[in-house]
Amino acid sequence: MNATAVAQPMIRFQSVAKRYPNGREALSNLTLDVAAGEMVFLTGHSGAGKSTLLKLLALIERPTRGSLIVNGQNLATITRRKIPAYRRQLGMVFQDHKLLADRSIFDNVSLPLVVANTPPRDIGKRVRAALDQVGLLKYEQAKPIELSTGEQQRVGLARAVVTKPPLLIADEPTGNLDPDLSLEVMNIFKRFQEVGVTVLIASHNVQLIEQFNARRLHLEGGRLLEQSTDGASSLFDPTRLLDQAGVKQDSAS
Amino acid sequence: MNAWLARHLQTLVGSLGRLSQQPIATALTVLVMGIALALPACLDVLVRNAQAAGGSWDRALDVSVYLKQSVDADSAARLADKLRQRSDVKAVQLIKADEALQEFREHSGFGEALAALSNNPLPHTLVVTPAENGASPTALATLRDELGKLSEVEVVQLDTDWVQRYLAMLDTVRRLVTMVAVLLAVGVVVIVGNTIRLDIQNRRDEIEVTKLVGGSDAFVRRPFLYCGVWYGLGGGLLAWLVVTVAVALLAGPVQRIAGLYGSTFNLSGLGFVGGIELLALGVVLGWLGSFAAATRHLRAVEPR
Repeated sequence: MNATAVAQPMIRFQSVAKRYPNGREALSNLTLDVAAGEMVFLTGHSGAGKSTLLKLLALIERPTRGSLIVNGQNLATITRRKIPAYRRQLGMVFQDHKLLADRSIFDNVSLPLVVANTPPRDIGKRVRAALDQVGLLKYEQAKPIELSTGEQQRVGLARAVVTKPPLLIADEPTGNLDPDLSLEVMNIFKRFQEVGVTVLIASHNVQLIEQFNARRLHLEGGRLLEQSTDGASSLFDPTRLLDQAGVKQDSAS
Repeated sequence: MNAWLARHLQTLVGSLGRLSQQPIATALTVLVMGIALALPACLDVLVRNAQAAGGSWDRALDVSVYLKQSVDADSAARLADKLRQRSDVKAVQLIKADEALQEFREHSGFGEALAALSNNPLPHTLVVTPAENGASPTALATLRDELGKLSEVEVVQLDTDWVQRYLAMLDTVRRLVTMVAVLLAVGVVVIVGNTIRLDIQNRRDEIEVTKLVGGSDAFVRRPFLYCGVWYGLGGGLLAWLVVTVAVALLAGPVQRIAGLYGSTFNLSGLGFVGGIELLALGVVLGWLGSFAAATRHLRAVEPR
């Protein structure tokens, strides 16, 4: 891996603004980098622009101004037809987990593999590996309704990682969970980060995220107010960047 | 390729499973489609039978060729043989002057008067039955003109007016059936399209999630297309059944009518090929309707 590749962040917002058709400016002149292999929390009140930021990453929305580069791709060049292929590099976790109620846990988790035309014989193996990682292997044939809220959220997490995406984004993944379950789910995210996945989590649960040694991006009124705590300088610290790149390289090999 | 095929088969069966989860809604859609397909199919069978019946009345299309008095029986027989060689002629019957007189004497009631005649005033006559390919009005006119030019022929008589009227009527009915069929085909496409549109609305969440995890437009659309195909197949099968039952119910009375007219005409149904055509038509229309609806409405369902 050469020096320029190391410097390439997983996510780069450059002077990004997002104004909705109703005139509301959800993000104003946002510039930030997230290094490959980093775990970052996105904090702020509702309406601060967290969801908009994640929607821009998922190409659910397009920026009004500025450029957005994810995993080496300028999102402005991704046409509507290419969006599905782009989203397959992304693992997404939602507050309401967005599981399909009429399908089994196995079918829910296998959906990203099925849409990517994975050979059927590989699907079973990979779904079970993902369910094993979130500790739900025995619920393969259950329906989402038969599981607790925390378990449902873990199924959502298994679905997000089943394709082994380099980037995992989550919108309030613990929003509906009690503190114990929240910590459990966050620990699973942490484990994925430890094996090289870049993790970006929007959350307003400050007490919870303080337990993790990770950079915090605080949004307020569509602006980035602070990059706080122990991880604050990580972005500009070349040695840490190299470390993270090294982690990713190891996990990939 | 194998994975691709397996995926399609899975979706095909899966969409059938989906439809069976809402049996009443599915049955209603299939019923409406079946009726819409059965109506033009029944009319088509009717027209085809009318054409066949016209064929069995082909004696009415016979051309009477009266030969000149100077032509003797041997020449008349030779001419009949010659005409039988023509491709537009199916059969030629020679009625000799003596036979004609005999018949006339027996049936006309002028027996006494005719007996007073010293010689037979009737000529030899040829009754020419045109071949199937020669039964159109223009072909008959050509046949009549050509026969009229033969040196042995005095007069050619053909009631083309009657033939033309019958064929023109059949032509009108056939065009009417085509129009009805086109209208109902459009109706079938709209019915399927509307059903698929409602289905898309009901499955909004599923579509959104599938798009979020990277499902392409084609992937999301596929189960809806297969639903349309199943609707079409179901409607086609039902229409086939309706036509078969209708023909079975009418066969008896029609045969009785034909019997009263001294005909052995039999009502014929769709037949196997016609049935397969009906199924194929249903499938194509179902696919078209679902394709139009899915392409149009799935674009609007985007994750928010």
